[in-house]
Amino acid sequence: MQALRGLTWLLLLQSAGELLSRGLHLPFPGPVVGMMLLLLALRWPLVSEPVSSCANFLLSHLSLLFVPVGVGVMTHISLVSQYGLRMLAVVVLSTLAGLSVTVLCLHRLRDRDGTAHKPDITEPG
Amino acid sequence: MPGFVELWVYLSATPLFGLSATLAVYTVAQSVYARADQAPWANPVLWTVLVLASVLLAAGVPYQTYFSGAQFIHFLLGPAVVALAWPLWLRRGELRQRWGRLLVAALAGGTTASASALALAWALGLPAEVMLSMVPKSVTAPVAMGIAEKIGGIPELAAVFAVITGMVGALAGKYLFAALRIPTDRSGWAARGFAMGTAAHGIGAARAMQVDTDAGAYAGLALGLQVVLASLLIPLVFKFF
Repeated sequence: MQALRGLTWLLLLQSAGELLSRGLHLPFPGPVVGMMLLLLALRWPLVSEPVSSCANFLLSHLSLLFVPVGVGVMTHISLVSQYGLRMLAVVVLSTLAGLSVTVLCLHRLRDRDGTAHKPDITEPG
Repeated sequence: MPGFVELWVYLSATPLFGLSATLAVYTVAQSVYARADQAPWANPVLWTVLVLASVLLAAGVPYQTYFSGAQFIHFLLGPAVVALAWPLWLRRGELRQRWGRLLVAALAGGTTASASALALAWALGLPAEVMLSMVPKSVTAPVAMGIAEKIGGIPELAAVFAVITGMVGALAGKYLFAALRIPTDRSGWAARGFAMGTAAHGIGAARAMQVDTDAGAYAGLALGLQVVLASLLIPLVFKFF
């Protein structure tokens, strides 16, 4: 029941997000506005308790949700056979570049900041 | 025997087929992944997509017929994006404390991913609409589709690039981070997770969540942040060109 209530909140906030996004011509898509609304609403237990159980379920199976779009690659078979290798090269290289820059950025910034090196007192070991 | 062919034609045309095929293949792929000790090569999304696309192509089932069932799973991407507020909320303390560093990393990583994709696609002579569909590839698929549409790309293609990007991140992350000598202590895991969420969105984040809880939390946070930054900044930048 909690999970169902959580899903209801998610869908209501997504709908509110869609309305705001279209009505006010916001640069964000509806679900993103819904996410921001949820971030504001989570301070109330009436929202946060049901949403936690539903969000955990949805996010732990997040990768399943990409399958239907992924299978859509079959509709672009002609593009794929013409440019496939080049497209794959671009995607692979740019993803590795993005990953490296992000991880090195955070890692370097941590090194400059002494406090991050101190062991966390609340954490054993 | 009442023709197997007729039965197959009937079943493959109902929404039941797309939905149950997706779930069946995915659950099998998921258990193979668990058996393989969650090795990156056994990535369940990769194998589910490959198996389903090959079966559909071999059996001559059009994508639209498949999607009439699979759309029920696809639909959940919307509420899942809304649900991303949850990991952000759980880490709000850390976010408040480290927002400067995280924002710099998210902007640097997101910009690198988009700009390098654009530059490489241009250098390799890919058509303009393919190039534009690649720009939002490190954002989660449903949002990437919206962004691509705004800047003149092909939404379906953008979704496919986003999914492949996620799989590349999930496959290569472990080895790349090891090569870059990122440690596996608490803040090392945080940095690894954050990078996965930034450059490889939901699929990278799903991988991070399975590997380490700290990495998973930071991946969720980065994913949410990237969604907000990209949907604000990418259309804005392209307005000036």
